[in-house]
Amino acid sequence: MTTAIPNSYRSGPDDRGHFGIFGGRFVAETLMPLILDLEKAYAEAKADPAFHAEMTGYLKHYVGRPSPLYFAERLTEHLGGAKIYFKREELNHTGSHKVNNVLGQIMVARRMGKKRIIAETGAGQHGVATATLCARFGLDCVVYMGAVDVERQQPNVIRMEMLGAKVVPVQSGAKTLKDAMNEALRDWVTNVHNTFYCIGTVAGPHPYPMMVRDFQSVIGAETRTQMQEAEGRLPDSLIACIGGGSNAMGLFHPFLDDPSVEIYGVEAAGHGLTQLHAASIAGGRPGVLHGNRTYLLMNEDGQIDEAHSISAGLDYPGIGPEHSWLHDVGRVNYLSATDEEALAAFQLLSRLEGIIPALEPAHAIAKVMELAPKKPKDHLMVVNMSGRGDKDVPQVGDILRGRARAQ
Amino acid sequence: MTSRMDARFAQLKKEGRSAFVTFVMGGDPDPETSLAIVKALPQAGADIIEIGMPFTDPMADGPSIQAAGLRALKAGMTLKKTLGLVRSFRESDADTPIVLMGYYNPIYIYGVDKFLDDAKSAGVDGLIIVDLPPEEDTELCIPALKAGLNFIRLATPTTDDKRLPAVLANTSGFVYYVSITGITGAAAADSSAVGAAVARIKRHTALPVCVGFGIRTPETARAIAANADGAVVGTALVDALKASLDAEGRATPKTVSAVADLAAALARGVRGAQQAAE
Repeated sequence: MTTAIPNSYRSGPDDRGHFGIFGGRFVAETLMPLILDLEKAYAEAKADPAFHAEMTGYLKHYVGRPSPLYFAERLTEHLGGAKIYFKREELNHTGSHKVNNVLGQIMVARRMGKKRIIAETGAGQHGVATATLCARFGLDCVVYMGAVDVERQQPNVIRMEMLGAKVVPVQSGAKTLKDAMNEALRDWVTNVHNTFYCIGTVAGPHPYPMMVRDFQSVIGAETRTQMQEAEGRLPDSLIACIGGGSNAMGLFHPFLDDPSVEIYGVEAAGHGLTQLHAASIAGGRPGVLHGNRTYLLMNEDGQIDEAHSISAGLDYPGIGPEHSWLHDVGRVNYLSATDEEALAAFQLLSRLEGIIPALEPAHAIAKVMELAPKKPKDHLMVVNMSGRGDKDVPQVGDILRGRARAQ
Repeated sequence: MTSRMDARFAQLKKEGRSAFVTFVMGGDPDPETSLAIVKALPQAGADIIEIGMPFTDPMADGPSIQAAGLRALKAGMTLKKTLGLVRSFRESDADTPIVLMGYYNPIYIYGVDKFLDDAKSAGVDGLIIVDLPPEEDTELCIPALKAGLNFIRLATPTTDDKRLPAVLANTSGFVYYVSITGITGAAAADSSAVGAAVARIKRHTALPVCVGFGIRTPETARAIAANADGAVVGTALVDALKASLDAEGRATPKTVSAVADLAAALARGVRGAQQAAE
C-alpha cells in the first residue's frame, strides 16, 4: 500500500486517465486520434441533459430498470447471519448488467456518427447486449469471441446470430477473452474510420474505464435509494464478482466514500491460486496490456499468462485499473473463489431461491456463503446478481451429469 | 558523437539512395538461427535492422508476426536474450543501426532504467514501442532520449496535421510512417498516397521518413523507396522464414538463406528506385 490515501475515492481518474499509477492510454498511434475524439464526445454527452433524458427513457422502457433489490430470505435463513439482498441485474433485458454500459456507449457512438460496432465477449453477455442494441438502432455488429468460449457458451452465440450480429471465433492464444480483445483491437486499428469499439468492462485505454464505470454506476445509485426504502439506511457490505470488474464497479462506486460500507470483490481462483486461475490481484502484479496499466497475470519476462476460470466471463488475466487502485489504497477487499466453490454456490442458489445465477455471480455467492454466517443478523449485505444462468445450463449440466456417471 | 543512425542516413544521402529497413523477430525460430539471420542481413543489403521483441499479445500485428513471436517465445526467447542477440551482432558489425521494436510490458517488467542501460551497452540504437503514444512519453520515451537512444515514433494515416507536431516532438532517428490503417502484413500500400503522406510529414520535420506495412515485393519496395527515405519490410521476411521451417516449426539448413535471399532481392528493389529516378 504505497499509494497515498485520497480525500475522496470517487474523484478519479485524472485528465490523463490515471487512477494512481494505474490506467493510462497505452495504444497504437492509429487509435490515439479516435480515443481523443471519444473522450471529447463522451464529455459533451455527459454535460448534455438531452443525453441523460434519452438514456433514462431507454433504461426504463427498454432495459426494464430499476432492477429490484430483493431480500433473499431463504439464503439468509440458511446461512444464519447477515441479511442478504440481491441486486437483480439478471432481470435486465438481455439477462445481465452488461446492457447498462452498452446502451450508453451506443448512444455515444450514434452521436459520433459511427455505423459499425465491434465488441469482445467472454461469456457472451456483453456480446448479446451489444448485438441487441445494434439491432435496436440499426447498426452493423461484429463480436469477437474466443473459440473455447464459443464452445462453452453456445446459447449466447445463437442469440447473437439471431440478433443479426456476426460472431468471429478467435483461434489465437488460449482462445478466450484476452484473445478476443486482441482481435477486436486489430479490427479497430484496421477500420478505425467507421468503427466504434464497444468495450464490455471497466478496462482498456482512457476514457473507457471511466465511461463504463459511469454507465454501470446506475446499479449502485439505485441500490442506495432502494436500501433506504427497504431498511431506512445504507447497506453494511457490498459484494460482487470481478473479471474486468464492471458489475462490481457499478455497485461499488456510489458507496466508495461511505466508510461504514465494507466492500468485497471476488476474483476467479479457477483450479486454485497455486494452479491455473484468473485472479489478477491475488496472483498478479502491475503491468501494461490492452491500453492500461493494471494488475496482470504474467511471467518474469512480462509475457502474459493464460488465465483459467470455469466462468468464461471471468477468464481474463487482468482487471480494470480502478480496481487495482482501490486494492492498493485498501478501500476494497479482493477475495477469490474457485471453480468448485462457484459450482456449489450455483447449485445452492438455484435450489434455495429459485434463481439460477450465471457462473460469474456464483463466485460472489460462494464468498457470501463464507462471510454472511460471521456477520450479525442486522448486517445488511448486498450481492450483485449480475447475470442469469441460462447460458451456463448446458455447461453445468454436462459437468454434473459427468460426475453422477462417474460415481 | 554522431549516432549510428544519423551516420547511416548521412551516408545514404551521399550515395543518393533510400534506406532498406528489415524487420525480423528476435529469437525466431530459435535464438541461434535468429542471430545467424540478423548477421546475414547487412550482407544482403539491409541498411537498418529492426528486431522484434517477442510478446504474447501483439495487438497491432497480423497473424505472421504473431506466430513469429510465439515461435520465439516457445524457443525460450526473453527480453534479456534479445539484448544478448544485439550484443553478439555488435561483435562483428559496428555500423548497422539496430532498432528494437515491440510492446511496453516486457520492458516495464524488466525495469525501464535497467533496460535502457543494458540496451545501450548491448549496442541498440533505437526503440519503436507500438503501445506508447506521445501521451505516455514520460514512461520510456523521455528516459530513452536522455540515455542517448533514438525513440522512433509511428505516424499513421489517422495522424492529422493537428496531431503531427505532438507525434514528432520527441521523435528522433527517423519517423516510421505506417502506410495503412491496419495491422502488420494486412494490405498493400498505395505508393502515390504514400508519397503525399511522406511529403505532408516532411513539412513538419527534418527527420528521414521511412515507410512500412504492406511492402512485400521488390517492385513495391522500389515504388515506396522512390517516395520516401526508406522502405521497411517485415511480414514478407517472416513469411519466407516460416516457409523454410520443417513440419515441427524448426529451422532447416535453408532458413537463413531463405530470409537473406529475399532481403537481397528487396534491397535490389530499393536500390533500383534511385536508378529509376536518375
